[in-house]
Amino acid sequence: MPVTLLIPSALRSFTDRQATVRVEANTVGEALAALTDTYPDIRRHLYDDGNALRPFVNLYLGETNIKNTGGTATPLKDGDEVALVPSIAGGRGICGPAPDSRRVMPAPPAAEGTGG
Amino acid sequence: MIRIARQLHRNLRAEGETAYPDECCGIMLGTVDAEGTRSVTELHPMLNARESGERYHRFRIEADDILRAERLATGNGLEIIGFYHSHPDNPAVPSDYDREHALPWYAYVIVAVEQGRARRVRCWQLAEDRSRFLRERMHTLA
Repeated sequence: MPVTLLIPSALRSFTDRQATVRVEANTVGEALAALTDTYPDIRRHLYDDGNALRPFVNLYLGETNIKNTGGTATPLKDGDEVALVPSIAGGRGICGPAPDSRRVMPAPPAAEGTGG
Repeated sequence: MIRIARQLHRNLRAEGETAYPDECCGIMLGTVDAEGTRSVTELHPMLNARESGERYHRFRIEADDILRAERLATGNGLEIIGFYHSHPDNPAVPSDYDREHALPWYAYVIVAVEQGRARRVRCWQLAEDRSRFLRERMHTLA
């Protein structure tokens, strides 16, 4: 049955800048398969090397994030819209101490100070 | 290349300073012209959804917030251009953690904040093979 996938702006370069892609599918998984069959270059950004949906890729059916409920097995009905929505994460990494640990660090011994 | 008004650029820096020693984060909305140049027209500061003890080196914007921003943008003829965050006491260079959680095309703006003062602001874009970030020119408009 016809359903519509809503494509985030970051991935529209793989769908000819189309914000929506209509596919024939009975489940969310089938819809994603139809999407990646039509636009294979999008696949590496949705799935990791182990063929699992990347952790930051979420799937919304209406207002509900179904990623951790029905996931790709979620059945679809005629006219459903599934939005692909990234959650965004990042940060400077693990280098350097936490600010709190800096606050409780003892002052350096005089020999290691600036002297003077 | 991305374009951003000087005042929005100042706002980015100020947010990094306000959030220090934690990381700030937010969503950039704007337009894309026929040549693919993106112009940032709105900044939407977001709550850093990481646990309080992790915010000094991590940030997360929840999918619900991204979905709301996507709808807001679409309703106003805009697009999500990218995201910004700060690196307290670290350079404005993406980490491996940034890369693992990134998508291509988006502009990732990083503000380096040293001892509470905003320093460099850099813009990056994920390579399409996901192997690295590429520096992107950021043009500040008066």
